[in-house]
Amino acid sequence: MLELVMHSIFLVLGLITVGCVLLITVYLVISGIPAIRRIGLVPFLFNKTWASTAATPSFGILPFILTSIYGTAGAILLGVPVGFFTAVYLAKMAKPSVRAIMQSAVSMLSGIPSVVYGLVGMLILVPGIRRLFNVPDGSSLLAAIIVLSIMILPSIIKVSVTALEAVPKEYEDASLALGATPVETYFRVSVPAAKSGIAAAVVLGVGRAIGEAMAVMMVSGNVPNMPSLFQSVRFLTTAVASEMSYSSGLQQQALFSIALVLFLFIMLINAALNFFLKREKEG
Amino acid sequence: MKKIISIVIAAACALALFVGCSAKAPEAAAEDGNVSLDGSTSMEKVIGSLGESFINSNPGTSYTYNPTGSGSGIKAVSEGTCDIGLSSRNLKDDEKASGLTGTVLALDGIAVIVNPNNPVSDLSVEQIASIYKGEITNWKDVGGNDAEIVLIGREAGSGTRDGFESITGTNDACKYRQELTSTGDVITTVSQNPDAIGYASLASLKDNVKALTVGGIAPTEETVKDGSYVIQRPFVLVTKDGVELSETAKKFFDYATSSQAAEVITAAGAVPVN
Repeated sequence: MLELVMHSIFLVLGLITVGCVLLITVYLVISGIPAIRRIGLVPFLFNKTWASTAATPSFGILPFILTSIYGTAGAILLGVPVGFFTAVYLAKMAKPSVRAIMQSAVSMLSGIPSVVYGLVGMLILVPGIRRLFNVPDGSSLLAAIIVLSIMILPSIIKVSVTALEAVPKEYEDASLALGATPVETYFRVSVPAAKSGIAAAVVLGVGRAIGEAMAVMMVSGNVPNMPSLFQSVRFLTTAVASEMSYSSGLQQQALFSIALVLFLFIMLINAALNFFLKREKEG
Repeated sequence: MKKIISIVIAAACALALFVGCSAKAPEAAAEDGNVSLDGSTSMEKVIGSLGESFINSNPGTSYTYNPTGSGSGIKAVSEGTCDIGLSSRNLKDDEKASGLTGTVLALDGIAVIVNPNNPVSDLSVEQIASIYKGEITNWKDVGGNDAEIVLIGREAGSGTRDGFESITGTNDACKYRQELTSTGDVITTVSQNPDAIGYASLASLKDNVKALTVGGIAPTEETVKDGSYVIQRPFVLVTKDGVELSETAKKFFDYATSSQAAEVITAAGAVPVN
């Protein structure tokens, strides 16, 4: 009897999570569809102008979609090489003392709140970009990319290290016994053996980057321009965050539709993540 | 050793929790005597001063102020999530039709600000309009350095933006380089970029930016009051028709619109109308 009671309690607690996901999904779909219907799917996704409060409003989110994609791709381009090599170093080469210090630094990096990233970016990075590249204003896609690439480092490093450490020692011993140098062994044997885990790390980084709002809002300028490296831009996330508080009517519905698009992006990324993780388990 | 440290830390944390509780307790007791305000970030200084003096003369009351921007404040009061909404623009017709009433509390100049290192110190309203519409893009065309003008503005729901754009006739035509979400952000950004121009509430100005004279007239209390400084807008208290204000909210409303409050409003940099 007691067993049964405990079982039901745990079941209910477990269902809370599932319930939340379902609730959010259903709510987003229900509130995101009306605006897309009124505006039309193609104009909504591919129109280049967003002017939600103008006398004749225009709701095209292509600039946001492209900015989010470019921003994430840029962050991956900068963040993955750094994260990957750091992970190889930490998992295979670092002395225990160095490793302990570096790993706690990585953990701390992941614990810094995003608003702090934004603040530091706003006060150091933005003026820095303005001076370094001699552009009129530093708030730009580039600033957002740099902030994001630092923010995704911890997830990439941590997951890659775990994957690299899980490579059976026998593989490496065999390689070393055949006369390969340690570095050759790491890159020819360990990394290929851990490649699914490393791919999962990259996908996790993509997920973190595409969903970030606060930090990029503070450094990207927030004007709905088509993306370009030194232009002020608006992401899918910041489009919702910056207008939600005062929106009404169709504008508000359109913001829900943006959130729905973002949600679909994240679902896709999660599906990719599951795919890689499953392959790693099988391989 | 590690265990002892963690016990000490845990104890410190637990203690901190209790400290938090005891500090909060009296506030919770006076919950009835609270007036919640929500809206314009430009009104921060005025509301802060009014709130402080209101609490001082009415012990046991408290106020909360949520600086979210005029659009959000109007929305909050119509949804009933605050007592009084704060707007730094007049209510639109459809907002009035939805059952909201605006009471003008004070007038405020919108200062056009540049970096202190910028040699330009005077622009006409027409020049400001052309700059914001993107017709003039270089400071040298208005007597400054040879550098591209960086336009800093506010988000679309902002009362300051609404006031600025309607007075300069640049509604929906501004080619902003940055759209920031608070008065303070605009001031900070302009203070950091030598080629930036922005607009911000006169009441909130700080020394780290330079306010331009508009058509030769400097933004001051006198010029705002006599109307010679043209870029100005009202500070409005927004209430919902048919909704009874709580006792404290009513008291605050009466106090803020009374002649007693005029001095406080003046000290905060705005121009009282009552």
